[in-house]
Amino acid sequence: MAQGMDYGLTETQEMIRDLGRQVADEKIKPVAAHHDETGEFPWEIIKVLADADLMGVYIPEEYGGSADGTPGMNMCLLAEELSRACAGIALAFAATGLGTLPILLSGSDEQKKRFLPDIAGGKRLAAFGITEANAGSDAASIQTTAVKDGDTYVINGTKQWISNGGEAEVYTVFAMTDRTRGARGATAFILEKGMDGFSFGKKEDKLGIRGSTTRELVFEDVRVPEANRLGREGTGFMIAMKTFDVSRPGVAAQAVGIAQGALDCAVNYAHTRKQFGKSIASFQGVGFMLADMAMKIEAARALVYATARHIDGGAKRPTKYSAMSKCFASDVAMQVTTDAIQVLGGYGYMKEYPVEKYFRDAKVTQIYEGTNQIQRDEIARALIKEAAGRKS
Amino acid sequence: MRIVVPVKQVPDTTEVRMDSETNTLVREGVDSIVNPFDTYAVEEAVRVKERLNLDASITVLTMGPPQAESALRECLAVGADEAALVTDRAFAGSDTWATSLVLATAIRHIGFDLVICGKQAIDGDTAQVGPGISVHLDVPQATYVGKVEEITPGKAVVLRLVEEGHERIELPLPCLWTVTKEINEPRLPSLRGKMRAKKAEIRKLTAEELGLKAKAVGLDGSPTRVVRIFSPLPRAGGEVFTGEADECVAKLVAALTEGQVV
Repeated sequence: MAQGMDYGLTETQEMIRDLGRQVADEKIKPVAAHHDETGEFPWEIIKVLADADLMGVYIPEEYGGSADGTPGMNMCLLAEELSRACAGIALAFAATGLGTLPILLSGSDEQKKRFLPDIAGGKRLAAFGITEANAGSDAASIQTTAVKDGDTYVINGTKQWISNGGEAEVYTVFAMTDRTRGARGATAFILEKGMDGFSFGKKEDKLGIRGSTTRELVFEDVRVPEANRLGREGTGFMIAMKTFDVSRPGVAAQAVGIAQGALDCAVNYAHTRKQFGKSIASFQGVGFMLADMAMKIEAARALVYATARHIDGGAKRPTKYSAMSKCFASDVAMQVTTDAIQVLGGYGYMKEYPVEKYFRDAKVTQIYEGTNQIQRDEIARALIKEAAGRKS
Repeated sequence: MRIVVPVKQVPDTTEVRMDSETNTLVREGVDSIVNPFDTYAVEEAVRVKERLNLDASITVLTMGPPQAESALRECLAVGADEAALVTDRAFAGSDTWATSLVLATAIRHIGFDLVICGKQAIDGDTAQVGPGISVHLDVPQATYVGKVEEITPGKAVVLRLVEEGHERIELPLPCLWTVTKEINEPRLPSLRGKMRAKKAEIRKLTAEELGLKAKAVGLDGSPTRVVRIFSPLPRAGGEVFTGEADECVAKLVAALTEGQVV
């Protein structure tokens, strides 16, 4: 399928993109509105993705995946294509990716062998648990504790707004093992659904990405074996930051997909809708809006792909670029989806038409995995660090 | 068990263009797809293989120009094991008789126990090639199959779609089926499948290899000739007779005799 800008994709990357698009068009599009309305978890789509070997595109072959050396790019390509059809449904896949990254980045070979194959094969989903009621942007102020008792850790606390919460079987959870050490006092653990004392709160009722399930995680004296600790004690925040560096382009890719889906709707509508005897696309007021939307999307896409390639190439500290891609693409998605509703006018405001859903879905991309304010903070810090480095 | 699925690459468009000289399809510059009914045939072949505990192999083949290879690879990506491209300039312009002769010869050459075809091609719409193949191969056929109730190495029991419902037919193997969309839901390719398909070797079969003489195939080997293809003129509105039944009948009879219809 040759379409759009040539981004120099490899054969495998093109296959992932094309197959992702086929799944999006043939399987996700027909059920997107249903899942948005009912909030039902899209198990049937997970099965389709698993059968298509797509659940493991970011996992190395030796653990059952098909990363083929470019896990970041693969993840971005697939997230974008699926999100074009429905970001909420796509999140079941993308949030699994987020929950799996700590294992990929910091897990021991034994832990990788224990968890990755089932995740790559779509048999188990994953989730990432750091956010709490009083610890969002200020992730270092989490209250969940993990107290060592022999060769187990006893975990107590709650996590809030966890995507795939309750549906996933594998959870990477961050808890304080030593409050006195501040940011160096957190540790990452792998928890599994079914562990004694591990339960879930109610399902959240969200503005958008309603096809995704968001729940509270509750830990009441959950005993976790040492074998489930990721890396050494105290490395929790470092693992979390490393994870976000790699996962943020994925969120950016979701945003690009949402924006593209909205633009496609807007262009098709503007082309066929006639007023004053002409298609409204022929009026410069509308045409210019569409042009601006398209430019923003392509710029965002190019930034996302460049970042993914940068990370796949082994970049040590991609923080600045990761943050840029996430912040820029999500802001673009919000602008584009707002304008897409405008282009459709009254029809854009009606739930009967698919455009308003893109607008509701886009909003969260400016918030989760680090608000865009945090992203800007990271970028500014990186710039200052670079400047300070140059001076000396 | 050896299952063979003949497939056709067809244009993905409602606007087909005809070559006015030969009255055949102009294929260049048009996006191509696997004939939709054939995807159901390939899917059914994969399901039969799964039912037989994988004790079967599936070969897809197509008679077409070199570009038809991409259609074969799409079929390999969803579970076919091998592919063969039956290609030769001598085959160009074949009607359904010549096409089914070529395909049957290729199928006999490859070896088969079961042939599964899509019910018809969306460009020609004749639905003749499947039955034509079974006649050339001299094996029993079941057309418009909507369900396979039983399949063993020795026999098959299928439900055949007819106007009033279904016929249950038992056939010995080797045999041929043509299938309808009722029969299954074709699966999407998998990433591994696509990678395998990309690397696969596709066997090429020419007229010479199949022992087919030029006169027996192609335009020369086609007993039917397309003389003209045109859109039928829109039907003019009919005449409506109203009133009492006896009156209408009288008027109708008069109109029919006047129009020399009866």
